[in-house]
Amino acid sequence: MMAMGAMAALALRNLFAVAMLSGTYSLLAAALYVVLDAVDVAFTEAAVGAGISTVLLLGTLVLTDHHEKPNGRIHLPALLIVLAVGGLLFYGTLDMPAFGDPQAPIHQHVADHYIEESREEVGPPNIVTSVLASYRGYDTLGETTVIFTAAIGVLALIGRVRRIRTRDARSGDDP
Amino acid sequence: MMMRQKPILRVSAKLLIPFILLFALYVQFHGDYGPGGGFQAGVIFAAAFILYALVFGIDSARDVLPGGARRICLALGVLLYAGVGVDGMLLGGNFLNYSILAQDPHEGQHLGILLIELGVGLTVFAAMTTIFFAFASQDMPAGTDPDQETP
Repeated sequence: MMAMGAMAALALRNLFAVAMLSGTYSLLAAALYVVLDAVDVAFTEAAVGAGISTVLLLGTLVLTDHHEKPNGRIHLPALLIVLAVGGLLFYGTLDMPAFGDPQAPIHQHVADHYIEESREEVGPPNIVTSVLASYRGYDTLGETTVIFTAAIGVLALIGRVRRIRTRDARSGDDP
Repeated sequence: MMMRQKPILRVSAKLLIPFILLFALYVQFHGDYGPGGGFQAGVIFAAAFILYALVFGIDSARDVLPGGARRICLALGVLLYAGVGVDGMLLGGNFLNYSILAQDPHEGQHLGILLIELGVGLTVFAAMTTIFFAFASQDMPAGTDPDQETP
């Protein structure tokens, strides 16, 4: 169902429908994460992917056209590069441990320590919160700074357009 | 965009928004015990304001949440987060080590996590609303702006 949605989003030219499909895709992904017992990730995916991203895409659509310009030609070098990189990535997955393998390196490093000791060392029953906020506090601080920077960037790019425009109009009125 | 002619939307939005805000606060402060945390709470809190802006118009939403308040929240969140880290350093520990924030290491951790989640929530909320307002304020493409066509 997710793959169908993604293919439909690629094929459709109506960008409004594509925005809606991407929201649906995120909601399905959130349901998938719930099935995989990753409730925190599902929560984020539902709120950000299905909620805010869709609203932002619609907001962008208000500024632009609702229909994609038809572009029939296939760009051959781009297709080759995409196929080559995709093939390399698939080749890379051959080396990865099997899904759910307890001997996988990711389960051998610090994950055991977090699961067994976080109750003693940090306290909260939700291990995800302990890892995010305490063990990996630096990373979360970095993420917060990234979000801060993103908002500052948007403000710097388009936040002041209207004010500049009115100032231009005013200075145009003055002889 | 004002949707004055849609009473069902207006009434249901008015009913929903307090509960969305309450749910965001629950997610924010209950993140230690259940799924959720500052990031999700900030996004849900922002979603309530975005819903308000969509239904009641961007200008009345800007009255509720002025740009200055958004910018202060944006900076305050990161400052709170980094400040908790620096506070740990001043008390003689490592940066972002919460155990020394209180007598009992567990309470220190709890306090630290609560504060930094609040910082994350504030920044995420302010960032989401700022980005939304920045996009939504641009009513038209720049080329077709009627202000620019006047000679």
